[in-house]
Amino acid sequence: MIVQTGIQPISVGRRAKDRIIQMLIFLAFALALIPLVSVLWMVVGNGMQRFDLEFLTHSMRDIGARDVGGGAYHAIVGTLEQVLLASLIAIPIGLLTAIYLVEYGNGGRLARTIGFFVDVMTGVPSVVSGLFVLAFWILVLGMPFSGFAGALALSILMMPVVVRSAEEMLRLVPRELREASYALGVPQWRTIVKVVLPTASTGIVTGVMLAVARVAGETAPLLLTVFFTDSINNDPFQGPQMGLPLYVFDQAGRPTDSAIDRAWTGALTLILIVMLLNLVARLIGWWRSPARRRS
Amino acid sequence: MVTTFRTKQGGQSIHQAVHRAARRRAIGVGGTRGDGPFRFAVTGAGIALLATMGAIGVFLVSTAIPALRANAANFLTELTWRPNAAEPAFGIGALAFGTVLSSFIALVIATPVAVGVALFISHYAPRRLASALGYLVDLLAAVPSVVYGLWGIAFLVPFMLGPSEFLNRHLGWIPLFGGDQVVGRSMLTASVVLAIMILPIIAAISREVFLQVPKAQEEAALALGATRWEMIRMSVLPFGRPGVISAAMLGLGRAMGETIAVALIFPATFTISLRVLGPSGNSIAANIANGFGEATEIGRGALVASGLVLFLITLLVNMAARFVVARRKEYARAAA
Repeated sequence: MIVQTGIQPISVGRRAKDRIIQMLIFLAFALALIPLVSVLWMVVGNGMQRFDLEFLTHSMRDIGARDVGGGAYHAIVGTLEQVLLASLIAIPIGLLTAIYLVEYGNGGRLARTIGFFVDVMTGVPSVVSGLFVLAFWILVLGMPFSGFAGALALSILMMPVVVRSAEEMLRLVPRELREASYALGVPQWRTIVKVVLPTASTGIVTGVMLAVARVAGETAPLLLTVFFTDSINNDPFQGPQMGLPLYVFDQAGRPTDSAIDRAWTGALTLILIVMLLNLVARLIGWWRSPARRRS
Repeated sequence: MVTTFRTKQGGQSIHQAVHRAARRRAIGVGGTRGDGPFRFAVTGAGIALLATMGAIGVFLVSTAIPALRANAANFLTELTWRPNAAEPAFGIGALAFGTVLSSFIALVIATPVAVGVALFISHYAPRRLASALGYLVDLLAAVPSVVYGLWGIAFLVPFMLGPSEFLNRHLGWIPLFGGDQVVGRSMLTASVVLAIMILPIIAAISREVFLQVPKAQEEAALALGATRWEMIRMSVLPFGRPGVISAAMLGLGRAMGETIAVALIFPATFTISLRVLGPSGNSIAANIANGFGEATEIGRGALVASGLVLFLITLLVNMAARFVVARRKEYARAAA
């Protein structure tokens, strides 16, 4: 039982510090979960009352603030179309820009300028992007209030998030991987598509997922570009649409219990849609990632 | 195969030179078919993004100018907001103050918790549970702002009354918590909602960065006899610092631009008060959301002008953050 090595046991002070930090970190996590649990508890508890087939399949047409019943079908369709259109605009531009910054920019003047303005764009408040689309698209170009106008505003918010997260992940791909690919005679663009992007895919999907989650819940830009409607409008290019966040905001502002109930149920639906998006994105990222084989 | 050599000016480091040499070799063997169009596409995307930013800037300025010309008061110092009156008088003073103060309090609350959460998931949670717990944090990010607004009004406003009174009674000698009036719909409540809203984005990005720390560095620290905290302090935090700072930057930008949740909670006053527990507080974004409905043409221009100020404040914040990141990166590389 005599230990003869020079290794000393960890001193009490260092051990205590380690324990205290560990406790603080556990506490931080618990603290962060309190609002999540509270929000979900209230949304599920209050939202389940009206979460029925009628809510999912009917619009608010001919239903007053005091009436019970009614639903959010028009808002669900609107949100799905708007977010899809925004993603179709923002994800390709954002991803390509990130590739330019990391692979082609070489720290040149254009790359630095773009990088700088992506930072600026990150700070574009949602309400300002709505104001911009309202004036540019609707007032100057004379286009109608539409789901597409809302999608334009959302895509402005989405782009910098996609660029920043994709850039961060692309930069973490080891230089040696690219060099190995070049050494095998693979052109640069194929190296990027076949080696760099798959390596970074999990992180990029996480970033895109956060971007989608961010814009799916935005209310302020829709307020100024999509306008309100109580009826179903399946065409995102023509006429006012509704969005789920807008629906929640609208119903929450009506001072009756049945409207407040609809607001909570709308919130529940919105959260479910976003969670589903998250889950699918995460599964894709997991499925396609080389990290699956690594660990 | 035709070999093309391209010379480029401005190679910065040995790494880049080696990298480029390896690529030239590849060009010699495999050709460059498809490289041109790809380069064109990615450069075009970058320029499209620049053009969008330019359009936003041009539009904001051109719409704001007529309203600013009609303004009877000094836009930068005036506190009240009456752009729809026959003689428009409006200023950004109180709104800008509320925006900066509430966002800053939110960041102070959120950042330490978010870094703790990120460390918990990356280095403390059992490995089997880590990805599930990570998903839980992503879930926090998935809650839309309007839902946080609903929750804030229904739960947080009444809930914050107790802690606010406690702070006022025991820490009232600090100007921030002083004052005679303590209410639920206060600057502090709005800041707490903002903190909750920006926490997940800071935590998620920090976690991703912490997970990228080279395992060899961590194991080297542990092999030298470091405790878990010492290992984190020596290898994880220095590696992750630029990532955490850029995450906090994203969070601050989000807090300043957050509209609907704070529009519901702020009492929408036009005064400047450091007393964060009292019935005052407003922000530029909340004022745009609340005021747009009844705004006249001059009123819209005034709101756009306030949006421009918000834009400039966030620009300053981003530049400062970028400066910090650039400096820390050099520092980290020098230390390694």
